[in-house]
Amino acid sequence: MIVLRRLAEAVPSLVGVVIVTFLLSHALPGDPAAYFAGPAANAESVAEVRRTLGLDRSLPVQFGYYLLDLAKGDLGHSLTTGQPVTSDLLQRLPASMELTLAALIVAIAVALPLGIVAALRPNSLADHFCRLTVTIGAAFPTFFVGLLLVYLLYFKLGLVPQPLGRLDEIYFTPPPTVTGFYLIDTLLNGDVDAFRAALSQLILPAVSLALFAMAPLARMTRAAMLTALGSDFVRTARANGLPARKVIFTYALRSAMLSIVNVMGMVFSFLLGSNVLIEQVFGWPGIGAYAVSAVIASDYAAVQGFVLMMAILYVLLNLAVDLAATAIDPRVRFES
Amino acid sequence: MKAGLMRATHPAEAAAAHGVPLLEVDRLTLDFATRGGRVKALDQVGFTLDRGQILGLVGESGSGKSVTAFAIMDLLDQAARIETGQIRFTGIDLLARKRRALKELRGREIAMIFQSPRTALHPIRKVGHQIEDVLRAHSSVPPGLRRQKAIEALERVRIPDPARRYEAYPFELSGGMCQRVMIAMALSADPSLLIADEPTTGLDVTTQAVIMDLIRDLVRESGMSVLLITHDLAMAGEYCDRIAVMHAGHIVETAPAHLLLREPAHPYSAKLIAATPAKAASIEALAAIPGNLPDLRQPQPPCRFSTRCERHRPDCDQPPLDAARLGQDHLVLCRHPL
Repeated sequence: MIVLRRLAEAVPSLVGVVIVTFLLSHALPGDPAAYFAGPAANAESVAEVRRTLGLDRSLPVQFGYYLLDLAKGDLGHSLTTGQPVTSDLLQRLPASMELTLAALIVAIAVALPLGIVAALRPNSLADHFCRLTVTIGAAFPTFFVGLLLVYLLYFKLGLVPQPLGRLDEIYFTPPPTVTGFYLIDTLLNGDVDAFRAALSQLILPAVSLALFAMAPLARMTRAAMLTALGSDFVRTARANGLPARKVIFTYALRSAMLSIVNVMGMVFSFLLGSNVLIEQVFGWPGIGAYAVSAVIASDYAAVQGFVLMMAILYVLLNLAVDLAATAIDPRVRFES
Repeated sequence: MKAGLMRATHPAEAAAAHGVPLLEVDRLTLDFATRGGRVKALDQVGFTLDRGQILGLVGESGSGKSVTAFAIMDLLDQAARIETGQIRFTGIDLLARKRRALKELRGREIAMIFQSPRTALHPIRKVGHQIEDVLRAHSSVPPGLRRQKAIEALERVRIPDPARRYEAYPFELSGGMCQRVMIAMALSADPSLLIADEPTTGLDVTTQAVIMDLIRDLVRESGMSVLLITHDLAMAGEYCDRIAVMHAGHIVETAPAHLLLREPAHPYSAKLIAATPAKAASIEALAAIPGNLPDLRQPQPPCRFSTRCERHRPDCDQPPLDAARLGQDHLVLCRHPL
């Protein structure tokens, strides 16, 4: 029931996203008709191209055509790859998602325990370490951390393979696509060596991204845990002699999770944005790198498709955060 | 010192049978470290509580009532440091025991309920589950029976339709209901001492009476003792057997409730009574107590009430000031009692 209602509430956002991306493509500088007609074209042939592209029609009519194309899943063709934008994006999305999710998992696995321990023992060594991580993660741009890690771990120490792409395709063959995530597909294929190779390629970009995501997560975990641990109901739990583990996890952490999940959603969307840079640094064949080359080549259809896809991802992400909050907090369910 | 404590630790239960009070707080002195200096929050606080009795700890906000309770429960803030004194429960000094041993007592033998019951319960956990958490920690109730036990606990505090309320979240219940739930949690392990820290604060007046009647009934049913912390002297007079009046970290007077209300010996007790609304009295008849609690970061005179006291005389500032015994069960910390 709630899921359906939240889904319905997401529809207006999606409509807005579609309208904005459409208008955006018209606000971008440059005349697509002149671009398609080529450098040798005269005014007449540009007008001809404009007619074939439908660009001479009124804006609402063009929007109608745009919607019809969208309904068919047609985002137009990319100039640089010559492929439909939809298939380009769908083919690259798993690489980006695998990277982002890996970064998020690493960030959560480090930041949550760190924040919890820091809150349990304020001003202890763990607390200072937490503060240091937060400062470093917030202060250094991801691409800088990425380059630094490449310099140290690949160039100086040689601990990781060349940071180019998802898999060293000279020695390993990519697994048949099931989920599109190499870490999962290699295992499904029973190819442990390829799994290791894919993992060693993934580690550096994922850690670079994770370091950036850790800062807000650890800070929020610490703050939310401090609030929860100082709350009246935790005092009641302690007075009732509940075991420490119960007090910390069932009582304090569960109520702190509300704010932590919200930050997780925010961090996830940051990560999707940071991908654009990190994929460039690590030669990662994801949608971020695709978008960068599309912008450089003035490949409007591809840029538009990328923006639309990111926007849809954001909307879905917010939906997921809302649903998680609803699952955690019964009060949300009763509010409406 | 150590040998004495060891001796007290072992024959505790036997000692209890020989008229040892259930709870004795003995010369408890406690400081808080703050940026502005050390706050001498409790100074030589002492009282006793017998089995089956309700003792009221009365005083204005900041007088040290809750700090005393938190010291008993080991819920003190990290900034607090106990300088001297003992807290003996059935003759066992709680401060001398290892924390682990104290954990066993907390929640099982000594339970506590708090003010503002709606925030004192986990906001996003079903109240039935919260009661089960306590059962799991302290009793050998098999998992399959816990739900039943939790519902019985709700029934015991007179919550109508307990099976349905088991599924409720605190925000779905009234403040009075939440306080009943907290009482049910506290009593689920059958403690022999219940500390009630302003249990009716934040409840409307009719609910206050209902909750206090419930606590008194439960005391009669189970024979447990209650340490009732309140700033409401009239309520303490109605429900308590004995009353200890606190002011600025001192216990200034201890007496049976009816005696204290009728013949207060300490000027502060008398002022408190004069400041308590009585039936058929007008607002104008209420007398406010002049001045504020002294700043406990500064060195204090032997009597911490002296700056607010109309009866103050030069010899009041002569240390030491010891409690004077006026009757068999009537102690007062004053050189010139009323």
